Amino acid sequence: MTWVSDNLDLLRELFLRHAWISALSTLIGFAVAVPIGWYAHRHPRLRGISVALVGVLYTIPSLALFVLLPGILGTGILSTVNVIVALSTYAAAVMVRTAVDAFDSVSPPVLDAATASGFSSSQRTLRVELPLAGPVLLAGVRVVSVSTVSMLSVASLIGVANLGSLFTDGFRRDIVDEIVAGIAAIVLLAIVLDVLIVLAGRLLMPWSRVVVGANR
Amino acid sequence: MFTRKMTSAVAVAALALATLAACGDSDPTDSGSSDSGSITVGSAAFPEAEILAEIYAQGLEAEGIKVDRKLNTGPREVYIKALESGEIDLVPEYSGNLLSYYDPKTTATSADEIEDALDDALPDSLEALDASAAEDKDSLNVTKKFSDDNGVTSIADLKKVDGLKLGANPEFKTRSYGIPGLEKVYGITGIKFTPISDGGGPLTLKALLDGDVDVADIYSTTPSIAANNLVTLEDPENLIAAQNVLPLIRDDKASDKVEDILDKISAALTTEDLMALNAENQGEKKAKPADLAKKWLTEKGLI
Amino acid sequence: MSVLNDTIDWLADAASLSGDDSISNRVLEHLGYTVETVAIASVIAIPLGLWIGHTGRFKLIAVGATGAMRALPTLGLLTLIGLYLGIGLTAPLVALVVLAIPPLLAGAYAGIEAVDPQTVDAARSMGFTEWQILTRVEVPLGLAIIVGGIRSAVLQVVATATVAAYVGLGGLGRYLIDGQAVSDYPQMAGGSFLVVVLALILDAVFAGLQALATRNHRPSRHPLTV
Repeated sequence: MTWVSDNLDLLRELFLRHAWISALSTLIGFAVAVPIGWYAHRHPRLRGISVALVGVLYTIPSLALFVLLPGILGTGILSTVNVIVALSTYAAAVMVRTAVDAFDSVSPPVLDAATASGFSSSQRTLRVELPLAGPVLLAGVRVVSVSTVSMLSVASLIGVANLGSLFTDGFRRDIVDEIVAGIAAIVLLAIVLDVLIVLAGRLLMPWSRVVVGANR
Repeated sequence: MFTRKMTSAVAVAALALATLAACGDSDPTDSGSSDSGSITVGSAAFPEAEILAEIYAQGLEAEGIKVDRKLNTGPREVYIKALESGEIDLVPEYSGNLLSYYDPKTTATSADEIEDALDDALPDSLEALDASAAEDKDSLNVTKKFSDDNGVTSIADLKKVDGLKLGANPEFKTRSYGIPGLEKVYGITGIKFTPISDGGGPLTLKALLDGDVDVADIYSTTPSIAANNLVTLEDPENLIAAQNVLPLIRDDKASDKVEDILDKISAALTTEDLMALNAENQGEKKAKPADLAKKWLTEKGLI
Repeated sequence: MSVLNDTIDWLADAASLSGDDSISNRVLEHLGYTVETVAIASVIAIPLGLWIGHTGRFKLIAVGATGAMRALPTLGLLTLIGLYLGIGLTAPLVALVVLAIPPLLAGAYAGIEAVDPQTVDAARSMGFTEWQILTRVEVPLGLAIIVGGIRSAVLQVVATATVAAYVGLGGLGRYLIDGQAVSDYPQMAGGSFLVVVLALILDAVFAGLQALATRNHRPSRHPLTV
């Protein structure tokens, strides 16, 4: 793979760029989706609408969103902000459904017990409901981070530098090694982010390790 | 406790992201510009444009001008917008297509006509510097076999072929030198058009060689034309406009020094040079644009 | 917003386009790619997922594999295979099938897993063969989740089948790619709008199918995301 050894700098630069854009977008998507999901869970009448609305967002082809957002947001077309907003929107769209499911999965008797023990409503949400919904939320974030990493590559079609640029360049110049390197780098990045998310989950939810062991 | 761990975790994550952002990207929220005295060079999203942009960039740097690069910006509409808004200051352009972009109804096709018309057509903020003799234009190509079998050596001959299959970039369908032009100027109708988004690259070539298309639009300095013995069809009616390479620059960045450097580069550049550069970049060697630019500038004594 | 007005204008004009570029033709092409992709991916993924869910084996490998497949960027696969195979349906089809397999596989094994083990044991003790358990107990009870997996796959493929236009094919992606080539944003927006409408229609159809499947058979375990 001489192409790889000749272009290590480029690979490294694109890898890091791809990493922080994906990670940031996933985080923003998560931060936006959890409150929305919690709210939809609490108000079943809203649930149908919000999940449906969010589902619409998800079906917009990513290329179209990348191109049309500048007109709506007023950012420059080359702007990285543009891409981050689009990716975060997708991430949130996928996460909302998971978040609703996550909060649904928390057993109501447990919440009642918390209230009975004297937790205030906000304490109950933050310190009982959220941690218990954690494992499902975590599973959702893992899926979202992978698809965000993959989706960012499409932005190379409008000139936003990322690992996907290796596809468009290799395609035009007939360099198979370059495309393969791009695919491998994206998969590697997805794995790295996944491991980091799982580790974060272990750190924040030490009890979930016990639950995992006790399956059917 | 949950809450405290959560806070510290968020802090760590934020720190990690910030570090990544710092080493991964020099300007994460670009929306503007360069401090005075430095020039941001952009380019269209294809290899030759990237090489030319590198030549301009390194030529300027050799004379002490600071240069930022935002290459492979995208199709013309994207990088022109960026140029007009000041996100980039300089791009290598092609005279004919640049004119058509600002004046779609233009009928100018020769190099001189185009360069004259450009001065009027461009907005005040932009300036087209002296054009080079070097040219890279669309060209319709057929395989040697097809040419011999069907007696096709010029675009006019294509009229003889029933159900002509043509492969080109998607924009060929609507551009004045594309399908509408073939119809209007050469009277060729009923073309079966296959849009291929690789800029006359490997897929287009393969489609031509495999017979999936009869004629393909491949840029004239692409190495694959010579390498595969393709026949470039003559254009007696001058449907395809001249495409001389020229630097398109923002007026406020076109200092005398900058103009001087770029003029020297344009004077030294030839069509043969473009073909050679492309051959090394897209052929066996896959040389990098930056390396090729350096080599060319050195050979011409410009750095 | 003028972009909105221009888009509406474009859609109005496009409604009168005929031949290859007509909306009805592009929609049919797009549906064609989607159906072909999901059909092929289902044949591969669903039997496999059912087996994994039923026997409980290779679950970890399956989860890992679907995760890895989700990470494969469609554009990357398309350009890679495209270089070898040239224009035509095969390259996009392979790339899209890879995209569709994870949700189908996950839906299949999640659906089976959600069935109450006690029900399965009861069936086993009544003398059902493993095949009968799968087809007459597990699949009917897990059907809603399995259909949910198909629904998810269909949506993802509809949104992504636009890439077929990159290598000379048709479908609604044509409006996106052609629009992008000449910076005709209304065309791009109009094409996206059509994709969204198509996706919503298909989503509603599958929501109905899922409701039908849930009507009598609600699994006892809570389904995780597919």
